[in-house]
Amino acid sequence: MNLETMTALELGAAIRKGEISAVEAAKFSLGQIDKYDGKFSCFVTVQDDILQRAEEVQKKIASGEYTSPLAGVPMGIKDNMCQKGIQTSCGSRMLSNFKPTYSATAVEEMMKAGAVPLGKLNMDEFAMGSTSETSFFGVTRNPWNVDCVPGGSSGGSASAVAAGECFYALGSDTGGSIRQPASFCGVTGIKPTYGSVSRFGLVAYASSLDQIGPIAHNAADCAAVLAEIMKQDKRDNTSVATKDADLEAVLHTDVKGMKIGIPTDFFGEGLDKEVAATIEAAAKQLESMGATVEKFDMPIVKYAIPAYYIIASAEASSNLSRYDGIKYGYRADDFEDLLDLYTKSRSEGFGMEVKRRIMLGCFVLSSGYYDAYYRKALQAKALIKGAFDRAFEKYDLILGPVAPTTALKIGENLSDPLKMYLGDIYTVMMNLAGLPAASVPCGFDSNGMPVGMHLIGNYFDETKILGAAHAYQQVTDWHKRKPAELANI
Amino acid sequence: MPEESRAKAQSDLQEILQYIDTLSELDTEGIEPMSHALPLTNVMREDEVQPSIPTEDVLRNAPAQKDNYFLVPRSFE
Repeated sequence: MNLETMTALELGAAIRKGEISAVEAAKFSLGQIDKYDGKFSCFVTVQDDILQRAEEVQKKIASGEYTSPLAGVPMGIKDNMCQKGIQTSCGSRMLSNFKPTYSATAVEEMMKAGAVPLGKLNMDEFAMGSTSETSFFGVTRNPWNVDCVPGGSSGGSASAVAAGECFYALGSDTGGSIRQPASFCGVTGIKPTYGSVSRFGLVAYASSLDQIGPIAHNAADCAAVLAEIMKQDKRDNTSVATKDADLEAVLHTDVKGMKIGIPTDFFGEGLDKEVAATIEAAAKQLESMGATVEKFDMPIVKYAIPAYYIIASAEASSNLSRYDGIKYGYRADDFEDLLDLYTKSRSEGFGMEVKRRIMLGCFVLSSGYYDAYYRKALQAKALIKGAFDRAFEKYDLILGPVAPTTALKIGENLSDPLKMYLGDIYTVMMNLAGLPAASVPCGFDSNGMPVGMHLIGNYFDETKILGAAHAYQQVTDWHKRKPAELANI
Repeated sequence: MPEESRAKAQSDLQEILQYIDTLSELDTEGIEPMSHALPLTNVMREDEVQPSIPTEDVLRNAPAQKDNYFLVPRSFE
């Protein structure tokens, strides 16, 4: 049995059959973390009760209490999801000593399914970033090239799955933060329909855009995780009743007859030629499997980034106003009065990118600018949704690149924030429109760096997206490749 | 914000604002601003008293506390 090449579902099945125990699986993952995390720095916190939990899970599997296909499988959790009693830092100094008094609903659902959480995964501070370089806890590295970023903001999650430090991870996606790191790290990730996974316990960045979703080795694993966490939750009043993510249906989806649309506006200036060629090859592959692939125009793409950054920053400025050093989180040592306490705690507790977005958010909401920026962005958001609604009248799925490039080099990105923002061009629209979208490994560039294809579906069509991805993964092996670096350590 | 970072922050923000100004080119005549893509209605519940988080849990993350209160600087004279 080679745990290094097993998927989460394969491991879950082996545990259920008694071929391996949850404790042995947990010991394996701890060994992987020991071996690789010094190099890749995926984890901010590794739990100290892992074997204890694995023993408890093993007993409950044996007694029939835990029946999920993922019971006993070690998982990582992005560090912006509350876990009771476990440091939840959001990659920030502001919360570097914060231990929540409750767990996020998505975490609780995975625990009820018998998950064995290994620890909290590194991320861009408060989920603001596309490289995981803004984390207070340092840079996470891409296992495919340690001089490259893993992407962001769920960089630790994608990197840990790629490095085999955990079998799957929970990430979050506000403007591409699951999909882009999945693309950069050669793993599969999906952001489900807005409202389909509870945000209770997910530290808020932009409340109308945030969604939790899985990052794993393949589409089937992602579907298995979604089956546990896609549920309406009373504690999140933006959560909606959804169709269950149907693992069985995903495993038996036929791409034949599917109509796939490719926006021409995704292939404009700025898209790396090798990435473009890889996506086009993936489209040809899907065509050979019986899908019809057709190009169509979507000029609204041009306004996606301005609309996103206005709305996300506005919501972030409101959501982050709670960090004031009073009840929890970082409090400055030295202050003269209450206002000084607020100012110093926030100035010292937040990094530069967070501050930038808070300032931008306050500005676009301020009197005199609200109409020109925030209200205008909400109108753009309506137009973006409209464009997708029209597209989905014709197409089952929309295909494109996830990012304009493969993984960028560490240290080259933070000095030009606007350039970094432009890297989100393909992913932000699905958050604005609330649509489900996945990143599926579809090749490598000439430097051996992974490329992900973007599969976007209509509301609640996670099964169709993951089904097409699963079918693609039956006849390709991009998702099975492992970083050469792993053999060198 | 320390002096050294102010100049860079200012130029970064100016560059970003200049870019997002391109949104003004988009014709949004007659378009209703949209907050949520799917219709959502507010979720209400009965005003029933339920157990709250225990005080000791709440204070566990407190930067400073005294006699079961959060300790804060004087806010008015």
